[in-house]
Amino acid sequence: MTYWQDVWDRWQFLWEDRGDGVTYFQWMISAWGYTVAVAATSLVIALVFGILIGTLRTISGHRVISAFAAAWVELFRNIPILVQLFIWFFVISELVPGMKSLPGFVLACCALGFFTSARIAEQIRAGIQALPAGQRNAGLAVGFTQFQTYRYVILPQTFRIIIPPLTSEAMNIVKNSSVAFAVSIPELISFAMQTQEETSRGIEVYLAATLLYALTALIVNQVMSFLERRTRIPGLTPQAQGAH
Amino acid sequence: MSTLDFSFYTWANISNYLISGLYFSVSLTIAATIGGIALGTIIALMRLSNIKPLEYVATWYVNVFRSVPLVMVLLWFFLLVPSGFYDLFPGETGQKYRAEICALITFIVFEAAFFSEIVRAGIQSLPRGQMNAGQALGMTYGQNMRYIILPQAIRNMLPVFLTQTIVLFQDTSLVYAIGAYDILKGFEIMGNTFGRRIETYLLAAVVYFAISFTLSMLVKSLNQKIRIVR
Repeated sequence: MTYWQDVWDRWQFLWEDRGDGVTYFQWMISAWGYTVAVAATSLVIALVFGILIGTLRTISGHRVISAFAAAWVELFRNIPILVQLFIWFFVISELVPGMKSLPGFVLACCALGFFTSARIAEQIRAGIQALPAGQRNAGLAVGFTQFQTYRYVILPQTFRIIIPPLTSEAMNIVKNSSVAFAVSIPELISFAMQTQEETSRGIEVYLAATLLYALTALIVNQVMSFLERRTRIPGLTPQAQGAH
Repeated sequence: MSTLDFSFYTWANISNYLISGLYFSVSLTIAATIGGIALGTIIALMRLSNIKPLEYVATWYVNVFRSVPLVMVLLWFFLLVPSGFYDLFPGETGQKYRAEICALITFIVFEAAFFSEIVRAGIQSLPRGQMNAGQALGMTYGQNMRYIILPQAIRNMLPVFLTQTIVLFQDTSLVYAIGAYDILKGFEIMGNTFGRRIETYLLAAVVYFAISFTLSMLVKSLNQKIRIVR
């Protein structure tokens, strides 16, 4: 009995006031909210730019455009996310007028969003190239312009194909949002590090943060597989084969 | 807006601040790749074995490390590796390089989960007949793995291993969380010392980009070479 009493006591720090009227539990929930908010906002940015750049990479007959898209992918893929984050915070915000007044949250989402856009662009490109060439030819043959072919024939199919790899990107973005601690965004890692220092309840704090990350990953996974089931056209896309 | 000034990048400063950091980043990458592949292969074989408890342990191992951020894992290990462990190293090295040693252990353990998935996919990509043929010749499980399966699987996996190594190299920057002295830390200290954060972070990005981009070009050309051989 005393063992469980001891375990129970060790978690009581959660209800303690951290000094400004906020309990550690409330802080943890708000930190989780930051993690989810950073990840979700970044995912939107990443999807917008990833789809655009990935599509541009497959357009034929425009050297400059495809070179630009390729350069985009290589640039954002070959620099670690932490370094990109510092670049946004200490370089871009200094050198570009008007950026200085932006809140850190926006800069962090830009960093994570552009970083992930390169990965999503690659998946969009692979998805487009996985379609039979006949799809594009058929679109052009019925008199569609290149834009219409993409809009009505190629992209709707591509989006369905790439949902499994997008699932893992969405889970990666949750994990990668953890680097935001380095620029003082009050997300889960910041919470864990600071609470560990203040309360010396390292194992409990880390366990709570880890479980929240795992829970978030699980939710993302479920949402994406729901999306996949909803958007599947029978016979078009193969059954997802145990994708991670 | 200030103008950029790179005049403080003298050889003396570079060797003072950056060389040991670069050395740590590169050696962490190499050591974690080798250690991760070794441990990852064991985990992959456990996952593919017919012994249920081994399979469960390996599956859990992979799933846990894949759903938790590397930064979180670094914090865990920094908290949990007992102080006595660092005393095993000769003299003062253990206590002096705590963060660096901890980073190495974490990276091996963490990356093993990812390498094991690559190894598993590589083994599963081989036709079942390869395994059966080995068994038909009377080979034991060990011989089969050693002479038939792994040599072919490793050839298939090599490009993916190298790609993962590039990812790993970029991930080494995350040792920032526990304060290990890597190349990024070197740049940061340099920037604070000279009050030139803009220039140092730009240069840090250039260095990481140059290394990762060169490696990924090498992987690409290796891929093409392998394709021709087939």
